[in-house]
Amino acid sequence: MAFEGLTGKLQAALKKLTGKGKLSEKDVKEAMREVRLALLEADVNFVVVKDLVKKITERAVGQEIMQSLTPGQQVIKIVNEELTALMGGTQSKVNMAPNPPTVIMMVGLQGSGKTTTAGKLAGYFKKQGKNPMLVACDIYRPAAIKQLQVVGQKVGVPVFERGQKDPVQIASEALEFARKEQRDIVIIDTAGRLHINEELMEELSKLKSQVKPHEILLVVDAMTGQDAVNVAKSFDERLGLDGVILTKLDGDTRGGAALSIKAVTGKPIKFIGTGEKLEDLEPFHPDRMASRILGMGDILTLIEKAQASIDEKKAQELERKLREQQFTLEDFLDQLQQLKNMGSLTDIIGMLPGVDVQKLSAAGALNEKELVKAEAIIQSMTPEERRNPSIINASRKKRIAAGSGTTIQDVNRLLKSFEQFRKMMKQVSSIEKAMKRGRFRFPFL
Amino acid sequence: MERKGFFGRLKEGLSKTRKNITEKMDQLFKYHNEVDDELLDELEELLILADVGVSTTTKLMDKIRERVKAERIREAQKVRHVLKEEIIAILGEQEEFNPRYPAVFLVVGVNGVGKTTTIGKLAHMYQKQGKRVLMAAGDTFRAAAIEQLEIWANRVGCQIVRHTEGSDAAAVVFDAVQAAKSRGIDVLICDTAGRLHTKKNLMNELEKINRIIDREYPEAHKEVFLVLDATTGQNAVSQAKMFKEKVDVTGIILTKLDGTAKGGIIIAIKSELGIPIRFIGVGEGLDDLQRFDAQAFVDALFDEV
Repeated sequence: MAFEGLTGKLQAALKKLTGKGKLSEKDVKEAMREVRLALLEADVNFVVVKDLVKKITERAVGQEIMQSLTPGQQVIKIVNEELTALMGGTQSKVNMAPNPPTVIMMVGLQGSGKTTTAGKLAGYFKKQGKNPMLVACDIYRPAAIKQLQVVGQKVGVPVFERGQKDPVQIASEALEFARKEQRDIVIIDTAGRLHINEELMEELSKLKSQVKPHEILLVVDAMTGQDAVNVAKSFDERLGLDGVILTKLDGDTRGGAALSIKAVTGKPIKFIGTGEKLEDLEPFHPDRMASRILGMGDILTLIEKAQASIDEKKAQELERKLREQQFTLEDFLDQLQQLKNMGSLTDIIGMLPGVDVQKLSAAGALNEKELVKAEAIIQSMTPEERRNPSIINASRKKRIAAGSGTTIQDVNRLLKSFEQFRKMMKQVSSIEKAMKRGRFRFPFL
Repeated sequence: MERKGFFGRLKEGLSKTRKNITEKMDQLFKYHNEVDDELLDELEELLILADVGVSTTTKLMDKIRERVKAERIREAQKVRHVLKEEIIAILGEQEEFNPRYPAVFLVVGVNGVGKTTTIGKLAHMYQKQGKRVLMAAGDTFRAAAIEQLEIWANRVGCQIVRHTEGSDAAAVVFDAVQAAKSRGIDVLICDTAGRLHTKKNLMNELEKINRIIDREYPEAHKEVFLVLDATTGQNAVSQAKMFKEKVDVTGIILTKLDGTAKGGIIIAIKSELGIPIRFIGVGEGLDDLQRFDAQAFVDALFDEV
């Protein structure tokens, strides 16, 4: 998950504030210094960091804190609010044309992932019951057209191409063709270009005035450094962007670009690319991302993921059980078997509050093979044992270990981690209850 | 002629890079005649904006503050020279990169940094020197990556070993090594699929490819080049660290220096990991790959034309 690094740093910086009954201006300044460093190391743009830290400091040393009983938590609340505001508040959707086809134009630097993302986006719309079409306008990079064709074929979306012809010409022919074929979404893949390449930027302007896209999306690599805002600004000034897609968020980048771009250009991030597979594209939720950064977890995305891969009834059941503490080993087994549909274990655990995935992986706790073991162990339990693990005594453990081909230590480990998991879920539901009562409590406090 | 062409091109390619940071630098020195805290703070900001990174910037600034004090530097202009000296000290006087032949280059990196394009340029560079070059199309994952490399091979006029998309990359490299041996190839350049350094299985695959080269071609001079995108921020350090752990990266190729990105991250990488920078990519043309020269790089960054 992308924001672990930043999460850890921010948590460390803010931890120093918690537990203090009273905060002096010096305390806040010290913590803000740490926050500033953490954000800079996460590649958040320098100007944005300056601004953000100033805002937070002002609020933190002002009225809000002095009147609060738990000033440490109050500061964290402010940081959370400011981060969310910085990333754009609420989710932004793609503009759909009143009269189809909706035309989407993908632009960006070389290597940011335009072609792959164009394919992912086409697949995303197709899944929603739309009838999309891809247009190959990257006439420069060797084999770019071929790449789009392969990607299109994989997601089952047709690709319109006319070889190395003038992109403006290709695009207008494609639009005509789309109307005839009753395609309702047309996604135009353009060549990667530097934002300072006058000639190629002019080509995009022409393309824009010819096809009049409803949506121009800038594709940005999440690992981009301080330059991200220059790139976004240049493309925006030239073309007028409607939004941004952030790619390669599945690495360990702290993803400061996400924080900066919206702040500097005012353009929302609409989607994020989270993996190599063509279904690895998600709508971007700023509020959820902010809580992920702060280590509050992302229970909503977790539930949505479950909904996408499990049927709805089961997802509701899971959600209810997670909330009501009725999650048993039986459910756990059920989940294990469905887990493979939901993505990697690391991703899923990463959405849980207060979990440092990097530490867990380093400790070898997220080994997928362990899952197979866990499955075998639970399957060797009686239904009664699965519902109520507290009855499992030494002789039962011996039987379970023998039955599953594991050791008693393995059984103990599983029971222990299940207990921890339950405790964690308890924490989650108490946060949510507290939030409903208007009081913030963060899991790492 | 050759030398002039080199510096000319480097400066031209770096002109954007340079402009951004030097424009600010010039402004900075215009408003400050004497060294004061404000000047040093702003210098620090500029380094951060160049993606040098917090820890390396802090290290550099500590050194500068120390020298300002010890050498009683009053003139603001002098600070610029001190900064240049310190950056060169980090980048080091680099020894000339001269591989022994036959040589094998394994080219690795995350997605979209420009590995395939860089291989095209590398092949062209050695082909021009009269070497026999063979490419191995080891990116069997990304759609049309093989075709892309093939087009480069045709442009450059060198040989290529390829399998089909989805086949085993290690097998491609194995075949390429055998072909290199039997055809008397001087430089074998192996392309690999872009992979995020955090994907364990993909990194293990890379390790396997690397092992095959060691086992099958021990007599060759092997270099593992990590290709880095100059626009990348602090994550580049993490990339370099993890690729180094897995396949023992011996050199870095920094691409896309013709944009506005400042590429300051190589200073952090050299400082923290000690991996030398070998080449820089400054454009889209076949000739736009330059040997890295620390002095020229820093000169081009900080000096007027």
